[in-house]
Amino acid sequence: MRTMVELTDVNKYYGENHVVKNLNLSINEGEFLTMLGPSGCGKTTTLRMIAGFEQSSGGSIKVEGINVEDKEPYERDVNTVFQSYALFPHKNVFDNIAFGLKMKKVPKAEIGKRVNEMLAMIQLEGFERRMPAQLSGGQRQRVAIARALINNPKVLLLDEPLGALDLKLRKQMQIELKRLQKKLGITFIYVTHDQEEALTMSDRIAVMKDGVLEQLAAPDEIYERPRTKFVADFIGESNVFDATVALKRNGVMTLQTEPGAILAGEGDFTVGEMVHVSVRPEKIKFSERTSEGFELVGLVKEHIYVGSVIKSIVVLPDGHEIKINRLAGDYLPPVASVAHLYWEIEHAVVMHSKANEIYSMIDNIDWGGQNE
Amino acid sequence: MNEPNPQRKTVRRRIKKMLPVISTVSPVGIWLLVLIAIPLIYVLVLSFLSRSKDGNVEFAFTLTNYTKLLNPDYIQIYLTSILIAFFSTVICILLSFPFAYHMANGSQRKKTIMMLLVIIPFWTNSLIRLYGWKTLLGNEGVLNKFLLWTGLINEPLQIMFTVPSIILGMVYTLLPFMILPVYATIEKLDRTLLEAACDLGAKRVKAFLQVTLPLTAPGIFAGSIMVFIPSLGYFFVSDLMGGGNTMLIGNLIKNQFYTAQNWPLGASLSIVLIILTLVFVRIYTLIGGDLDDLGVA
Repeated sequence: MRTMVELTDVNKYYGENHVVKNLNLSINEGEFLTMLGPSGCGKTTTLRMIAGFEQSSGGSIKVEGINVEDKEPYERDVNTVFQSYALFPHKNVFDNIAFGLKMKKVPKAEIGKRVNEMLAMIQLEGFERRMPAQLSGGQRQRVAIARALINNPKVLLLDEPLGALDLKLRKQMQIELKRLQKKLGITFIYVTHDQEEALTMSDRIAVMKDGVLEQLAAPDEIYERPRTKFVADFIGESNVFDATVALKRNGVMTLQTEPGAILAGEGDFTVGEMVHVSVRPEKIKFSERTSEGFELVGLVKEHIYVGSVIKSIVVLPDGHEIKINRLAGDYLPPVASVAHLYWEIEHAVVMHSKANEIYSMIDNIDWGGQNE
Repeated sequence: MNEPNPQRKTVRRRIKKMLPVISTVSPVGIWLLVLIAIPLIYVLVLSFLSRSKDGNVEFAFTLTNYTKLLNPDYIQIYLTSILIAFFSTVICILLSFPFAYHMANGSQRKKTIMMLLVIIPFWTNSLIRLYGWKTLLGNEGVLNKFLLWTGLINEPLQIMFTVPSIILGMVYTLLPFMILPVYATIEKLDRTLLEAACDLGAKRVKAFLQVTLPLTAPGIFAGSIMVFIPSLGYFFVSDLMGGGNTMLIGNLIKNQFYTAQNWPLGASLSIVLIILTLVFVRIYTLIGGDLDDLGVA
């Protein structure tokens, strides 16, 4: 697999604000990569640096192995689909789509041919003479995509392109976009804050927070094996426990949490280390009796029936609320009864904790020998 | 018992409902009626009346005032006037666009300072400000004195009382009326559109011609109306800066009312000027201009 876009130690400052921090990211040819994160996490800024609208404050950005840092947006083989679409309001659909080719002085006949191909692809034949104001949101969206794709970019950058559409249209466009990307084989870099959108469409997801890349992995890995507490929390629903590694034996770790001991698969952790443990709601099971190694006992607060799934909430002695999703037909203790909780050890994801780093930093501080 | 008639009741209720509207709108309405509508109708009527031998207005319908406007001497004045107005407008556009562009794209602080630069001159009467140019550019003015002193020239340059000096006066007086609407449209311009143009291969100049210019054209046109039309009529600029050597349509109208005592002819000239303005405004709305932007100054 060839690397298409490579970001190395990319930083971006706005004055004092450090919005992108030492970002390293390499994107393969033909890949659908999504940058996912809450607003202000630096994902759009990163996209704009690849497009050339923002200058990075340090590091290098390469497209096909060539450094593009000093190139103007129009000199880069990338095109952008803007969040607001940015269609030219004074030009009709045809002229909007043809804009890039006209700038490249492509012969008129060829422009006509290629615009018509694009119109066929986005299923807007017969709309050539319409002005953007006369189009619906979804139609405008498709024109914006066609306007970018007609230039045959190596990479298409999409900045929350579906944000302005209603839910149903958004779902439909997600599938259409994914299909289009597969068909054309163009590298897509897609920015969104919608985790479901990211999981549906991407080959890989780059989860960002506060300018830092938290995790870069395929959707299933992001979901099943989140590497940080933030990722576990942000992608799907999750129950996160703060715990300390108490025991490691035969590939099983016993972890001490405030409400009691729990089990997880063994990993790269030392006894005594502070960790986060994430367990998805659908992985937690109810039990009538204590399960071996689990001391989680709580009060069943409520069951909510949502069709095929029953969402339950259990309150632990420390006040922590645990979300549990069970299928209809599974064992369910009645509301207000005491329930024991457990899970298969491979379903608990253990993550290093920032708190642990901080404590070990304090341990290693040289206090200057005043105590001697 | 005398029950009030139900119909009268609804009328009274309706009046009661309208009371807030009537009380708030009527002062402005009366103002517009007395100071604008009635005088305009008066001028319109006047333009169809005759002038008696002793200079009074005679109530006899005639079209001669309008046919007289085709007098070759007058046509010469229209042409000069339009030419001066045209150049004033073009120069205003060329000066305003970069100014407004920097103002719209500048920091808040820069914006405030530049806006003040535009507005502060309004605090002084334009007549007085025009007199200032005389001290600067007159034969005995600062510039000429300086040039004579340096020995670059032997006799004073005739700068004042020429057509260029009238254009200078027009531009100086009317520049803010161009800057403000142009600024309003540039400010409204979506910057993402320029990024999109750049992304799609347009270099700076192309992006300007393809995106910025067409989308700010309504502002430029609005400003042009507000500069061009007054330029035809600002007789005091021609009087002060042109020394009475050049007649504008405005001077002509003024002369009919004062010197020549031919009010009907002056009125017909005014009507033509008003119709011309309305035609321009109509073109402006046809090309997609917003009437509210015209009122920005």
